[in-house]
Amino acid sequence: MPSTPDLECRAISKSFKDFKAVRDISFSVPQGTFFSILGPSGCGKTTLLRMIAGFQEPSSGDLLIKGKSMLNVAPNKRPVSMVFQHLALFPMMSIGANVGFGLRQRGVNKSDIKKQVEQVLERVGLGGTSDRAVSSLSGGQKQRVAIARCMVLEPDVLLLDEPLGALDLKLREHMKIELKQLQSEFNTTFVYITHDQSEALVMSDQIAVMNHGVFEQVGTAKELYYEPQTAFVAGFVGEANRFHATVNTVKDGVLNLKTPEGKSLSSLDLGQGLANGNKVDVFVRPEAVRLSRIAKDVAKMGNTGTGIVENVLFNGANSQLILRDATNAASMNVALPQTGEFRDLAVGDTVHFGWAPEQTRCFAHQGN
Amino acid sequence: MKSDKSKLTFWLLLSPLVIWLATLIVLPHVGMFLVSLREKVGIREYETSFANYAVFFNEPLYWNTFARTAYMSIAATLLTLFIGFPIAYYIAKLTRGRTKTTLFLMCLIPFWVSELVRTFGWMILLRETGVVSQLLQYAGLVDGPIEMLYNDAAIMTGLVYTSMLFMVVPLVTTLDSLDDSLIEAGYDLGGTSFSILREIVIPHAMPGIVSGCIVVFMLSLGNYLTPILLGGKDSLWFTGLIYSQFITRFNWELGSAFGFLLLGLSSLIVFLGLKLSGQSLSKTMAR
Repeated sequence: MPSTPDLECRAISKSFKDFKAVRDISFSVPQGTFFSILGPSGCGKTTLLRMIAGFQEPSSGDLLIKGKSMLNVAPNKRPVSMVFQHLALFPMMSIGANVGFGLRQRGVNKSDIKKQVEQVLERVGLGGTSDRAVSSLSGGQKQRVAIARCMVLEPDVLLLDEPLGALDLKLREHMKIELKQLQSEFNTTFVYITHDQSEALVMSDQIAVMNHGVFEQVGTAKELYYEPQTAFVAGFVGEANRFHATVNTVKDGVLNLKTPEGKSLSSLDLGQGLANGNKVDVFVRPEAVRLSRIAKDVAKMGNTGTGIVENVLFNGANSQLILRDATNAASMNVALPQTGEFRDLAVGDTVHFGWAPEQTRCFAHQGN
Repeated sequence: MKSDKSKLTFWLLLSPLVIWLATLIVLPHVGMFLVSLREKVGIREYETSFANYAVFFNEPLYWNTFARTAYMSIAATLLTLFIGFPIAYYIAKLTRGRTKTTLFLMCLIPFWVSELVRTFGWMILLRETGVVSQLLQYAGLVDGPIEMLYNDAAIMTGLVYTSMLFMVVPLVTTLDSLDDSLIEAGYDLGGTSFSILREIVIPHAMPGIVSGCIVVFMLSLGNYLTPILLGGKDSLWFTGLIYSQFITRFNWELGSAFGFLLLGLSSLIVFLGLKLSGQSLSKTMAR
């Protein structure tokens, strides 16, 4: 029998005047999961988080924590804690007083507070700092104090509102790993919202991709990356080349597509009911495309082409080529393998490229 | 060469302030201090002594008035703080955009008329045949006309009214700078409205509270019009005593001594206030 999930939302919605920020979202997060909500800014993810924390009332739907409805429960009575975007550490208090704030509100006696504060600071690697001022800490340490301040209350769910946004790149990379470690150490359910896909992909057990107030897809990082279910997910998670095309033929689970310029592409049919003449968006990841100097090498890959190198964007392991397709003049990003083979590739060179139909995703074209 | 030039610029920019301080503040005070040390022993005969200060300590009326002025001013300051804080909190935290500007402006409006006119306004409201008295009679709450002027409550009302803006402005400024997420974090961690006010809002607003209190206290202590007009002839206010020494009795020596005692008193109380609240003058005034 599955235990009750830590957090469950049932058809939760929030509207402001004439704008629906969150529309009928339902999901549940099992105990001990690192659950991320990934979406561009303005997609409603902050509103959703604030509803879970209790700062905003849902317009409709229900919100349950450990099976208990949280509607009409004030934020200070909910078993959730939140790490704010800018951490919101209290500058007027010492580190120990910050961490002990929640315990003081619960009326825990002083010596117990001191013990628990010291313990939790020890766990986040900041033992013995409780008398120091918050301003004496570095960005990463402040992060850990903010987490300690929440974890000392042993919340059922910890909410994190893009807490890494203010850190510099190096520290952010480091904190990603540290956050994940802290999460498995405390074994608490984390709900993490971010617009940075790499944060979500690296840390999460489950990711929900959110757009225009709805969840486009919920799944593991791999599922989102390899099997995007919607055009938005395909475009938002990871990088992708995007083409417009029209369905030409459907045969044996393979779609034959034609771009407006007349190039023919093939893609797997995912059973979306696409028929001849449908307009589609085709997505190919830059790293799924194979490059070769010899046409024969890629000839059997299903989708092939010859391109002229328009630009080389060298960025170490993340280097990319911008190719101009010789037949249809479409621009295409291709990951540059760092095996040394293409080291001397220069602007104006001609290369052959190809990718398999399995690596191609196509979705019915919507509006724009 | 360049450093000479920048030095010159510095002194030129500083000079108005220096001239203002020297001629309008320092010089008169030095003069007044010297006057306060003169004891009249005969016609145009003076000796240097502390006799004027001794008069103050030997005459109970003087130091009673002195103490009364001090505690009335402190009371007015605290009352202004208690009334001003919720107003400032409302303006700073609960309103946005135009409403905020409007409310802020409304605090400023009374200052468009002179203090004298404002005080007369209160007299029209509070006197025996005034608006409030008439209204109470009309409503049948009292039988005859009642006099609400010429008592300590009237003075207090006037003082609080006069100094409200000077409390609200620094409070709004400091409360504005309090990040909303700190308050939310407080609630999120289980805090009640009261504990958040006590542990987060007030410590953050402390520099504003202290600077507002200093200004209001100084204004009340040095106020002349309000206590005289609203308190009537029986109300004793130390500035009134100074005025009568200078103008009515031509006793400049005693008047100067009183002036210096008042300066000492206000400095002492501000100093104690800063010590009690754990703030420093530079910290509160720099905000």
